[in-house]
Amino acid sequence: MVKIADYSADAAVANVRAALEKAKQHESYHALLSLTEERALERAAKVESGEITGKLAGVPFVVKDNFLAYGAPTTAASKILESFNAPLQATAVEKLEAEGAICIGKANLDAFAHGGSTENSAFGPTKNAIDEQRVAGGSSGGSAVMTALDIVPFALGTDTGGSIRQPASFNGVYGMKPTYGTVSRYGVVAMANSTDTVGCFATTADDAALIMGIMAGKDERDMTTLPDFFVPESSVSPLRIGLVKESMNNDVDEEIRTATQNYADKLRAAGHTVEEVSLPILKYTLAMYYIIVPAEISSNLARYDGIRYGHRAEAATLAELYGKTRDEGFVTENKRRIMIGSYVLSSGFFDAYYQQAQKARTLLVQEYQKLFESYDVLLGPTTPTPAFKLGENTDDPIKMYLADIMTVPASLAGLPALSVPAGVNSSGLPIGVQLTGWRRDDARLLALAKSMEVN
Amino acid sequence: MTQISRDDVLHLAQLSSLQLTDNEIDTLRTDIANILGYVEQLGELDTVGVEPTYQVTDLENVWRTDEVIDDEVSREELLALAPASANNSVKVPKVL
Repeated sequence: MVKIADYSADAAVANVRAALEKAKQHESYHALLSLTEERALERAAKVESGEITGKLAGVPFVVKDNFLAYGAPTTAASKILESFNAPLQATAVEKLEAEGAICIGKANLDAFAHGGSTENSAFGPTKNAIDEQRVAGGSSGGSAVMTALDIVPFALGTDTGGSIRQPASFNGVYGMKPTYGTVSRYGVVAMANSTDTVGCFATTADDAALIMGIMAGKDERDMTTLPDFFVPESSVSPLRIGLVKESMNNDVDEEIRTATQNYADKLRAAGHTVEEVSLPILKYTLAMYYIIVPAEISSNLARYDGIRYGHRAEAATLAELYGKTRDEGFVTENKRRIMIGSYVLSSGFFDAYYQQAQKARTLLVQEYQKLFESYDVLLGPTTPTPAFKLGENTDDPIKMYLADIMTVPASLAGLPALSVPAGVNSSGLPIGVQLTGWRRDDARLLALAKSMEVN
Repeated sequence: MTQISRDDVLHLAQLSSLQLTDNEIDTLRTDIANILGYVEQLGELDTVGVEPTYQVTDLENVWRTDEVIDDEVSREELLALAPASANNSVKVPKVL
């Protein structure tokens, strides 16, 4: 697969043209919502002339279409933002552009990043890079597929409960969700403030570390960013690794369990210790997630009112304008989550749902804290199943939500987690294993994954 | 199991500023009841005396000096994003 090092500034125009051409040839996957061709070629010419330089000079990439970025509308895969042209760019995009990277397009997602298959896009689903009958995963499905199809060496995504890691595992690429607060979210369409993170897809652990290193850092425009801490690590000493028992039960596909065991064996062979550990609260984490996140969504999506930007419905009164605009502009899953959020935040239900979930979240953090006193890294599968068929789960929201059961725990606790490609099953579908670290251990996870590429 | 009536759905829609079409109401009613039924398992956890976690990285209020950060975005650019504008203002339907 292509790596960042395969690109040179001297050939920026040719490389960007080739990536655009390849993207067009793969249109049937519907991984992109738009190409930013004109701007990309202009920037490529400036890279060749030496006007733009940097660590990523001339390297093409795509952004998930919930990053404000120039060159095409930022839609969040929704009707309400269908023709929204961003007046500024996200900090993460600005930082990559400052190093010479060239955005060639905007990748498909579940509308407002609500979903785990990219089937909730208002503009149609993305197809899996390995099997077009199957889902890309989500919500950053388009970014994962563009990387897996070898069109770009890296892509940006957001991960609120697994939206980078799950599609990374479904398509056989690396997917990094950093410690909460590592990368600025300024200029990123907000979903759930207490778990939203910005991360990336890449074809090697080194490339993921390079991209995270460039994007990471304190931003005065995002007060939740942590003081700078991310420094890529080149080697890894023997680690104590815990294999999470509850993520290896019979609900998890057998071939995925085998692949995870094989990865554990490889870790042992490389000199690490791997022991079975227990995270008993794991089975409750999806329930916490589907209270806390919809609550934050219902509040965040209140801003889409048809007044200052975005789609506005025809209406005689203000109340009708809000109601119709939002009905037309959101997909069903957006409405479901907004309404669940309104419910759990309502007086009379607040304590039993929202407050109970936030208390349960404390218990989860405590269980993690205890495990990380004795272990450096936790290991488990990224998903309970490989990529499912298009349409297979669309009528059953809970079945769809269960695809995130392995990824939401790290999100709720703010921990860094990396999905690492771990081979394919008997049908050729990719399998991913997940490495989880304590807060700020992002670079260690990437260094560990890199060391396993060699072994 | 939580029972959600058609009126409950309409009330939630109103709280959420969503004017639902008729065919959406029944589907959402079933989905919302199922999702609430699923998340209610949290009631099994003993959380007496446990403090809630709203924020995970222990950041307290973060202050900065109250100075305008220049994003170089002009008034014209922002107004151009509005579905309707007039006289340097965003235009809305008559409220009163």
